Amino acid sequence: MSVLTEKVMMRDWARAGQNTLSVYKQHGGYAQAKKALELSPPQIIDEVKKSQLRGRGGAGFPTGLKWSFVPSIDKNPKPRYLAINADESEPGTAKDRFILENDPHLLLEGIAIACYALNAHTCYIYSRGEFKYPSSVLDKAIADAYADGIFGKKLLGKDFELNVYQVRGAGAYICGEETALLESLEGKKGWPRLKPPFPAVVGLFGCPTVVNNVETIAALPRIFEKGAQWFSDLGLGKSGGTRLVTLSGTVNQPGTYEVAMNTTMKELIFEKEYGNGLPEGRSVKAVIPGGSSAPVLTADELDVKLEFDAFKPLQSMAGSGGIIVMDDTTCMVRCLWRVARFYAEESCGQCTPCREGQPWMTRLLRKIEEGRGTEEDLETLTNVAQAIAPWPPIGLGNTICALGDAGALPVQSFVQKFKKDFLDHISLKRCPYGDKPWGALGEFR
Amino acid sequence: MYATNRGWERTWTGAADPTVLIDAAGADLYEPAAMSEPHASSEALFTASEQQQFDKGIAELLSHYPPDRKSAAMLPALRLLQTLKGWLPPEGMKQVAQKLHTTVEKAYEVATFYVMFHTSPPGKYTIDVCTNLSCALRGAEGLLSYLEEKLGLRAGTKNERYFLRETECLASCGTAPCFQVNEDHHENLTKAKVDQILEKLA
Ligand SMILES: Cc1cc2nc3c(=O)[nH]c(=O)nc-3n(C[C@H](O)[C@H](O)[C@H](O)COP(=O)(O)O)c2cc1C
Ligand code: SF4
Ligand code: FES
Repeated sequence: MSVLTEKVMMRDWARAGQNTLSVYKQHGGYAQAKKALELSPPQIIDEVKKSQLRGRGGAGFPTGLKWSFVPSIDKNPKPRYLAINADESEPGTAKDRFILENDPHLLLEGIAIACYALNAHTCYIYSRGEFKYPSSVLDKAIADAYADGIFGKKLLGKDFELNVYQVRGAGAYICGEETALLESLEGKKGWPRLKPPFPAVVGLFGCPTVVNNVETIAALPRIFEKGAQWFSDLGLGKSGGTRLVTLSGTVNQPGTYEVAMNTTMKELIFEKEYGNGLPEGRSVKAVIPGGSSAPVLTADELDVKLEFDAFKPLQSMAGSGGIIVMDDTTCMVRCLWRVARFYAEESCGQCTPCREGQPWMTRLLRKIEEGRGTEEDLETLTNVAQAIAPWPPIGLGNTICALGDAGALPVQSFVQKFKKDFLDHISLKRCPYGDKPWGALGEFR
Repeated sequence: MYATNRGWERTWTGAADPTVLIDAAGADLYEPAAMSEPHASSEALFTASEQQQFDKGIAELLSHYPPDRKSAAMLPALRLLQTLKGWLPPEGMKQVAQKLHTTVEKAYEVATFYVMFHTSPPGKYTIDVCTNLSCALRGAEGLLSYLEEKLGLRAGTKNERYFLRETECLASCGTAPCFQVNEDHHENLTKAKVDQILEKLA
């Protein structure tokens, strides 16, 4: 059984005052950054590569490799930037928020290491506009780090200037997409950029920029505490370390958990330490494994390990770790409608398939859910989704950014895997679940 | 965002009238939000102390960016203005644009893209209810209709006191359902908890 016995990322969350600098330092805080700063930047990047750390923001891209795409200073003498993606808005995901609330200095220590490795003298943390409390904790942490001489003219006493600023978003999911995030940091509306060029070459203000997720950067102090090899060994295959996941929906113990890469979906849902199963008498019907954009899994696919590459054969993804469980009394059409509406709302409107397609799919789903749909509508629905992003395999989108795929893949996977639900709505001319479409825990009490 | 404030894709709140906001053909009932009335020019926008806070705040923000990139401070500057005035009055938008060496049009382009910016005055309390999937599976639709009933307000509309609207996932999926009242976050909501929170609002 693979329940994680020793927490790595969440290790200190329960400690009183952990989000203050004094407590953080009392327990060895910033010692790892000091250690890392003894190394040369290329040595740090090598360690990160060796650790097999992969991006926790959604794509699971190897972090060290991403860093190595930044051109050398003689090829491109412009300033470098680090942008931290704290925009956490993928439905089902609630982990970065808890790092900011419980252990903000872990992120800041990671930033010190990353900026030194990347030769970046400025870091912007782009945090979600709605994060009033997490942002206030982070602001305090940054101010304390400056006051303590950690940031500023001399990073941890070294001859290296580092300035760290928090910039708060203002309610736009698309700003989590890395190039939209950069546009927003430049003070514009969040319209994703065409790639290539990738941010590592042309990023913020036209300069080489690395964008990393909060959890990714917060893992760095652990890597330098116990070593890249240790971190890599903790993981499985090509995914080093542990992962934070958010378990939500129809389970007895929803919440944010730290899991091993070889923990299975089934264990996460049913183990007492984690989800502790579904309410009495209910069984799993569907699970969204990596935030609402990840193609849905059926009850037969729950032996999958929570490691990044394990989802590939299922044509789904580990994504942002947002795991949403639906029980056997849940209406798949209603759930999909809610997911589709999100992407319709959040489309930035820049490319036609996404701007027009997402609302179209949403309207068709509403029509089917209300019993007004026909089989033709169902066909149109999948055609529209195919036009935005063919599936399988994953990753063939026809749009500027992956929000197109994010809206299209749920539609295709839900319709393919739960076709009976859709056809029942059409033949009965109503929702078979009546006014209880949300499953066993769907009532507000 | 592109589709923000379209009336059609509203969550069901009560099984009785699921089709109110959508006609049979699924027509798009989008109506652009009315532009706010310009601020009476005889009246100063800021009090002396607000003006001082605004000027100082903007100067601080500008120091975070390269000197030739003043307009990068747009989001934080708009946030500052909204914190001072509760919304983004046209006169304030002008001042932001001037300080950031950009145009009022550019400022509005940004302000209207992001849902958290109010280009017209919201109610005294803006209540954002997450109705996204994880919350819906834990009763968010019921929560929204409970609020509609209590406040006598349909989601998406406002009165003097309240602006009740649906919002997207607020990163409380494991602690659902949730809402924010003027950006103050509340999670694991129950009827009793909602009653308590609303009672405390002056
Ligand atoms: C539509 C869309 C939304 C995204 N939202 C987020 C987000 O909220 N947080 C995040 O860290 N990454 C998000 N990403 C992924 C980022 O684009 C980017 O891959 C990530 O921040 C890179 O960091 P990592 O390599 O550390 O994972 C999003 C991507 C897309 C296409
Ligand atoms: S895919 Fe959608 S969100 Fe992404 S750039 Fe195109 S329109 Fe905007
Ligand atoms: S779905 Fe409501 S907070 Fe995530």
